[in-house]
Amino acid sequence: MPADIFANRRKNIFLFLAFIAALTTGSMVLTQFDPVNGLISILKAFFWGLSNFYPDVQSLSHITDILVKLRDTILMSIASSVAAAVLAMALALMGSRSTRIHVFFTYFSRGIGSFFRNVPLVAWAMVLMLSFSQSSLTGFLALFFGSLGFLTRAFMETLDEVGESTVEALKATGAAYYHIIFQAVLPSSLPQMLSWLLFMIETNIRDATLVGFLTGTGIGFLFDVYYKSFNYHVASLIVIVTVITVIAMESISNMVRREIL
Amino acid sequence: MTLLELKNVSKCYTGTKPALSDVSFSVKEGEFVSVIGASGSGKTTLLRCINRMIEPSGGEISFNGIMVSKLRKSGLRKVRTKIGMVFQHHNLVERLTVIENVLHGRLGYKSTLAGVLGIYNSREKKQAYEILEILGILDLMHKRCDQISGGQKQRVGIARALVQNPKMILCDEPIASLDPGSSKIIMDYLKNICSDRGITLIISLHQVNVALNYSHRIIGFNKGTIHFDGPPSRLSPGRITEIYGAEQITESYEHSLAEAAG
Repeated sequence: MPADIFANRRKNIFLFLAFIAALTTGSMVLTQFDPVNGLISILKAFFWGLSNFYPDVQSLSHITDILVKLRDTILMSIASSVAAAVLAMALALMGSRSTRIHVFFTYFSRGIGSFFRNVPLVAWAMVLMLSFSQSSLTGFLALFFGSLGFLTRAFMETLDEVGESTVEALKATGAAYYHIIFQAVLPSSLPQMLSWLLFMIETNIRDATLVGFLTGTGIGFLFDVYYKSFNYHVASLIVIVTVITVIAMESISNMVRREIL
Repeated sequence: MTLLELKNVSKCYTGTKPALSDVSFSVKEGEFVSVIGASGSGKTTLLRCINRMIEPSGGEISFNGIMVSKLRKSGLRKVRTKIGMVFQHHNLVERLTVIENVLHGRLGYKSTLAGVLGIYNSREKKQAYEILEILGILDLMHKRCDQISGGQKQRVGIARALVQNPKMILCDEPIASLDPGSSKIIMDYLKNICSDRGITLIISLHQVNVALNYSHRIIGFNKGTIHFDGPPSRLSPGRITEIYGAEQITESYEHSLAEAAG
C-alpha cells in the first residue's frame, strides 16, 4: 500500500539519522573530544596564521630557490604518473572484461591495483626509504606505486565501460586480438584514460609535497626546513606557490579535457 | 547450391531451458531468410552460433563446405571473414569516423602489424568508397560516428559487413531500434544486396509483416525449436499464432495483408 511505503521511508530516514548521531556522540565520548574547545582552537590557529603565516618582502628573495624545487616536484609528479600509466594500461588490458584472455587475469590486475592503492603513500615512502634512503628516487617510487594502484583500477573501469559490443563486432569480421585492441578498444577509451592521467598528475603534485617532507626532496622538503627553523614567512610563500601551481595544473587539465572528450 | 547447413544444433546456457534444441536447416546461396519468433525464442543465439560468436553445445554447422563447428582459432577467423554481421545497436566505434569503421571490415584479412597500425591499401579504400556510395552515405565519410543518426549508423554497419566481401551476412534485428522510415531504407538496401550481389542473408526480425514482404523464406522459432520453415505464402495466421503464441500478432498480419492489397 502506498501509505505504508511513505511511512516506511520516513522511519528509515529517522533510523539512519539516529544511527549517525549515536555514532558521532559515541566517538566523541571515546576520544574525549570537546567540540567547544575544538572550535576555539581552530579560531586561535586562524588568528595565529593571520599574524605570523604570511610572506613578507624579505621572503621574496627566496623565490628562485623555491621555483627550482617546485619545478623538480612538478617533473617528478609527471614522470611518476606517466610511468605508472604505462604499466597500469598493460594491467588494465589484461584484466578488463572485454579484453581479458582469461578471468584469472582480472583477479590478478584487481589484486595488484588494490594492494598498491590501499597501502598509504606515506607508508610507501617510509618503506622505500629503507632501501633508497632520502633521495628523489624514493619519492618517485612512492608516487609511482600509489598512482599504479589508482590508475590500474580507473583504466580497468574505463575499458569495461567501452563494453563488449564493438569487440564483438570486430571479432565477427575475423579480426585478431591485437587488431581489436588497437582499432576498437583503445580509440574508444584513450580520451577517458588521458583524463584520468591528468587527474593523477594533479593529485601527485599535491602528494609530492607530503612525500617530500619524508624523503627530503622537492618543495615539501623546503617547506619542512623553513617551517622547522621558524621562518614562517618563507614557509607561507611556499604554500601559496604550491596552491597556485595546483590550481594552474587543474585548469590546464580541464582545458585539455574539454578538447579531447 | 547449399551454402550453410545446420544439423541438430543445440545450445544450453547453464541453469536454464535450452536456448536451441535440435535445430536443423540448410540455406541455399543467394537466399533471403528471415528468422522470426518472440523475444527469448533463440533467434539471437541461432545467429551467433552460426559464426560461433556463441559456442554451440552440440550439432554440426557447415558453411561453404567447411565444418565451422570443428574449426580452431585461425581457421575460424578465416571463415568469419566470409560471414558479415550486422547488429541491432550497430556496434560501431563511436569515436572513429565512418570510413575508419567501414575499413574495420578488412581487418580479418590483415597481418597483425598492418591491422594494428590500420594500414589499408588503395584497392580496399576504393572498395569502401564504392560501398558508401551505393548505400548513399559517401558524404558522411569523414564524420565521426557519434554525430550521425541511427539509420545512418546502421548503413555504416552494413558497409562494414559488405567490405569483407562476404558470402553471407547475418543481421541480428537490424531494424529493431529504428523508426519506420529508416527501417524501410535499411530493408531495401539489404534486399538489393541480396539480389544484386547474390549475398545470402539471414535476418532475425520482430516485425512479421516486414518478414513477409522481403524474404524468400521464413523460419519461425518458438522456445528454441523450429515451428515453421517455408516461403512467406505458406505462413498462415494460424501458424503465426503458433510461433508467437499470441493473438495480436495475427491482427498485425491481417493489417499488413490489407496494406498489401490496398
